[in-house]
Amino acid sequence: MNATRVSYTLDSSLESVNKAESAAHDIATKSGFDEDEAQRISMAVREATVNAVLHGNAYDPKKRVTIAFETTGKALTVAIRDEGKGVNTDEIPDPLAPENLLKQSGRGIFLIRAFMDEVRFRNMNPGTEITLIKHVRGEARDGEEASK
Amino acid sequence: MTMKASTRQVDGVTIVDLSGRITLGEGSVVLRDTIRDVVGQGNKQILLNLGDVTYIDSSGIGELVSAYTSVRNQGGELKLLNLTKKVHDLLQITKLYTVFDIKDDEAAAISAFAK
Repeated sequence: MNATRVSYTLDSSLESVNKAESAAHDIATKSGFDEDEAQRISMAVREATVNAVLHGNAYDPKKRVTIAFETTGKALTVAIRDEGKGVNTDEIPDPLAPENLLKQSGRGIFLIRAFMDEVRFRNMNPGTEITLIKHVRGEARDGEEASK
Repeated sequence: MTMKASTRQVDGVTIVDLSGRITLGEGSVVLRDTIRDVVGQGNKQILLNLGDVTYIDSSGIGELVSAYTSVRNQGGELKLLNLTKKVHDLLQITKLYTVFDIKDDEAAAISAFAK
């Protein structure tokens, strides 16, 4: 199956977050994921877009968020990029640590990692790109056995 | 679907019936304002009915935690009622299932508050 790519350039607004979530759910469903998986994927995309809009671009109307979806039949890859100051993922506290359990924020990236198969961060100087990958069930990752 | 909240009193317990999405923005604000009002009126036994909550994101989870801590800091008690599978799974993943007192029967939940 050939790869299909769709990309969006969005304002740094909450409307963009909802649009990204909705697009992710549609594309995940069309890519063959069941409803539960499509909801997890769309939540991961929502959380990543919230980070881009809120923490990356800080709602700056001059800054944009770009979201690129690529489906191959074996996997769905979503790249979300902001124009902010960048993020040091080593400095993100563990939300499951007892001292953080009752904090109001800090669970977004944890949930993204819980719901996707692969999560990568890239510093774009300026900005951050987060790439989320979900494999269609039963499909092997590159160089790995499907039955693993 | 936006979030809605309504409150009712049963045997001294304030039940907050929530419906819709608790997400960053309006949903989280509605929950925050409702809890602030309920606590501000002196209510200390609060039961959050999440049976009609269709979706919750990390911001919504944060608001639930904030509601729990703000009620507790006022000397009150907050319990959760009627979690959907989606919300249940999220609280389990985030280890908050062990923090909240979670009930699935309203009458039993009301009885469980200290009298």
